Amino acid sequence: MWYFEDINVGRRREVGSFTFTADEIKRFARKYDPQRFHLSEEEGRKSLFGGLAASGWHVASVCMKLMVTGAQRLAREAVARGETIAASGPSPGFRDLRWIKPVMAGDTVSYVSEVESKRTSDSRPEWGIVEIRNTGTNQRGEVVFSYLGTGFVPRRNPGSAQK
Amino acid sequence: MRADGVEIAAKCGHNLTFAAAIPDRMTLSFEDFPVGRLGSFGPRHVTREEILEFAGEYDPQPMHLDEEAAKKTMLKGLSGSGWHLCAVMMRMMFDGFLGRAASLGSPGVNELRWVAPLRPGDDVTLDVDVTEARISRSRPETGIVTFKGVARNAAGQVLCEMVSPIIISRRASAG
Repeated sequence: MWYFEDINVGRRREVGSFTFTADEIKRFARKYDPQRFHLSEEEGRKSLFGGLAASGWHVASVCMKLMVTGAQRLAREAVARGETIAASGPSPGFRDLRWIKPVMAGDTVSYVSEVESKRTSDSRPEWGIVEIRNTGTNQRGEVVFSYLGTGFVPRRNPGSAQK
Repeated sequence: MRADGVEIAAKCGHNLTFAAAIPDRMTLSFEDFPVGRLGSFGPRHVTREEILEFAGEYDPQPMHLDEEAAKKTMLKGLSGSGWHLCAVMMRMMFDGFLGRAASLGSPGVNELRWVAPLRPGDDVTLDVDVTEARISRSRPETGIVTFKGVARNAAGQVLCEMVSPIIISRRASAG
């Protein structure tokens, strides 16, 4: 969406919010994470979570959903202004993912992205590598989710010395 | 299935034997996860439809949704969302052993690498090792088992590597 050169370390962006309904929690869990505390209110109450809790992978997937759709909306606006946009590349992975507190049925999680570092790629000179800390906070202001994601971003001037 | 997978299956069978008497008794406890190879799980077939469905809902980038657009990307063809592969690996762990374990949830993922793209029609296998198993200091009735999962396609190419701790009850407390 943005070129490597346009991305500043420390840039913070509100990604969006999502309310995890009991139905949504169970629908994701049935397909991908059918542990009992993600499928049933009663089993959730008997667990460490104290109620029906969303799969951590659901919490992470919703973060991705909001990041992608938010970036696409910003890109459409940029195109409407006549700006050139860059297509971001795939991600080689992430680290330090923390499910800090459970996301319970009815919780609304607001996600924020902040650029933590950027560097050029030695093996792929047309790409830069950006590390972004994504954080989810619930409606009570408690941080529930965080990870440090890595992504390839195209360079406007491939091969230049900028770090 | 390999011998170690058979061992896990036997433990699951053991669970079934006692299921009638103690319906919610979990068989696999912290003590069942010593450091070393746990097992190989799968294959799990991933269809094009499933890739499109997951991407449409959670990761609607052209490289996951549109064959023609995907050809022009770094991944050179339609690929599943990396988060979809995570979810598939989670389900494989559940079906393989976690569904029969006294799992209390996971605090996170230390590291995850998407090594090669998940393609439509891939048959994913998952090798799981226990890299660390220790008793929780804050909740001594539980242990923290760190799993390393490596997902591969049918050609043996590594798709994803993940290191993640899971909290599992100790047998004594399962009483």
